Amino acid sequence: MPFDDFESAWVDLPQNDIDTDQIIPARFLKAVDRGTLRDGLFHALRFPDGVSLDAACPLHAPGAREAEILLAGRNFGCGSSREHAAWALLDWGFRVVVAPSFGDIFRVNALKNGLLPVALPDEALAQLRECAGAKLRVSLREQRIGPVGGPGFAFAVDPFARRCLLEGVDELGYLLARRPQIEAFAQTRPVE
Amino acid sequence: MSHPRTLLDKIWDAHVVNREAGCPDVLFIDLHLLHEVTSPQAFAELERRGLAVCSPGRTLATMDHSTPTTPTTLEQVEPVARNQLLRLAENCRRHGITLLPMGDPGNGIIHVIAPERRRIRPGMTVVCGDSHTSTHGAFGALAFGIGTSEVGHVLATQALLQARPKSMRVQFMGTPGPGVTSKDLALAMIRVITPRGGIGHVLEFQGECMRALSMEGRMTLCNMSIEAGARAGLIAADGVTAAWLRDGRDYSHWRTEPGARFDREVSVDVEGLAPLVTWGTHPGTGIAIDAAVPEPVDETEQRMQQYMGLAPGVRLADVAVRHVFIGSCTNSRLEDLRHAASILRGRHVAPGVRMLVVPGSMAVKRAAEAEGLARVFEKAGAQWREPGCSMCIAMNGDVAPPGEYCVSTSNRNFEGRQGPGARTLLASPLTAAASATAGRVADPREYMTEVCHAL
Ligand code: SF4
Repeated sequence: MPFDDFESAWVDLPQNDIDTDQIIPARFLKAVDRGTLRDGLFHALRFPDGVSLDAACPLHAPGAREAEILLAGRNFGCGSSREHAAWALLDWGFRVVVAPSFGDIFRVNALKNGLLPVALPDEALAQLRECAGAKLRVSLREQRIGPVGGPGFAFAVDPFARRCLLEGVDELGYLLARRPQIEAFAQTRPVE
Repeated sequence: MSHPRTLLDKIWDAHVVNREAGCPDVLFIDLHLLHEVTSPQAFAELERRGLAVCSPGRTLATMDHSTPTTPTTLEQVEPVARNQLLRLAENCRRHGITLLPMGDPGNGIIHVIAPERRRIRPGMTVVCGDSHTSTHGAFGALAFGIGTSEVGHVLATQALLQARPKSMRVQFMGTPGPGVTSKDLALAMIRVITPRGGIGHVLEFQGECMRALSMEGRMTLCNMSIEAGARAGLIAADGVTAAWLRDGRDYSHWRTEPGARFDREVSVDVEGLAPLVTWGTHPGTGIAIDAAVPEPVDETEQRMQQYMGLAPGVRLADVAVRHVFIGSCTNSRLEDLRHAASILRGRHVAPGVRMLVVPGSMAVKRAAEAEGLARVFEKAGAQWREPGCSMCIAMNGDVAPPGEYCVSTSNRNFEGRQGPGARTLLASPLTAAASATAGRVADPREYMTEVCHAL
């Protein structure tokens, strides 16, 4: 599915270093299928004592459920390699995460699943946070994000990942098409 | 004349299958490690596309994350975890992949068993759907964690699309003090680089004290590269590596050439370093064991102190501990257990403290039993368990209750990592063992019977 431009409300989790254990705790990782992780997303933030819902959590604010954009603090998604973190955010309904920086593996996992990680400098993020209530527009084509109608902020994306998202290029398909070269290469490296 | 190259450059260049403008490199993968948690959806994708596993011989699988550490058969595992374990067994059987299942003499944590089986050698590329794959950089191999989509890519093609990471030289300067192990060096390194400083980089660890480290110590350090945000860590091979591999081969090619340029240079001063313990909820919060919790510098630190229940000025040595965990792919090898046992020999775990000792593999377990370490732990009142990830990730029922402190030799003190609300203090096996006997965070130097220069 190509990644089209869209407008959406947003939710803010401004803490720094939100790690993959906070995004989706390990006890939810026993799933063997996709599409089952929504309830585990940010579980400890949403249910601080494990059972009762925290009404003050931004994810439970009125209208937050429709938001497809998440704003977060620096180093979002640090920690483990679990792709479940990207899946859980998608299962919830997010399509974009905006943060000053991302954990490496999380960023790669997100891109591979059509969840767009947008890295913005602190000042730009602070300005986005000021437009409370306003929708944000995300354009991967123009590589810009900002309040609807405004110029927005430019962001960088790896060109190949951008192409994959926009044109729906399938990375595994790309690799499979190069199997003859890979197999020839493998001949030079015996299995031991 | 070609430029002098780093170890990273050499390994990368030797594995590029294909390079096209505007695309990441196609990188060949020599060894792919699998476990139950991050692989089922990858196999399902292969199934969906009607693909076979490309190179089963370059793939090795284990069960480790959700396996119980009390003697249990697969049939007795709780149903949800069992379903995942059975799925792995079925996937491996169908695709001809060697699996070392629960109870098998070769079973253990994936990052403990792969080096044990001498599957990791200098100059290789190694991946696994697990961030602590960085462990294997201890052998001068480029080893990094991948997500499940990429697990599928490697299963189907034995290759990955990867952009070349940047390089960072991490130079350890000076000689650490007594009671300091590679775990303390790792915490010192993360404190300098910060948990996000290594993003986009592969770290190469250098310095006199690297040469003094055993293979186990090197694995502990490289294991924690990811906690500095880096995908991988590297230590060039030397005589210590050769002694572990015992294959008589010459690996001298696999080192950074003099004059090679790194994208970043960092030095970590470890002169006179004391054992470290973390006070926060990321691994960059290590402080000397006899120090007090610092004033928070920002909201993040305030939040961490609140979660940990540690106010500024509290001395770590005054923190009462209810749980001690010795284990995980960071610190569950024979040397780690020897360190812990050296403190516990002739002593007892403090009343009210639960101490779990979880060997990293069946081989470690057998060796520790053969040399009497298991007896030391049991006599001291610790629980001697079956191998697995256990309290490192708390998926298998081994958890710490909310609000209680656990001194842990694992790698992550994230909120809820050892169970919802659990408070993790990361430390070395020496410090963890000393804390178990004291019932509070304790300085191993006060307990060391042998003049144990762990380094
Ligand atoms: S011991 Fe912990 S860090 Fe290591 S592989 Fe298991 S869960 Fe991951």
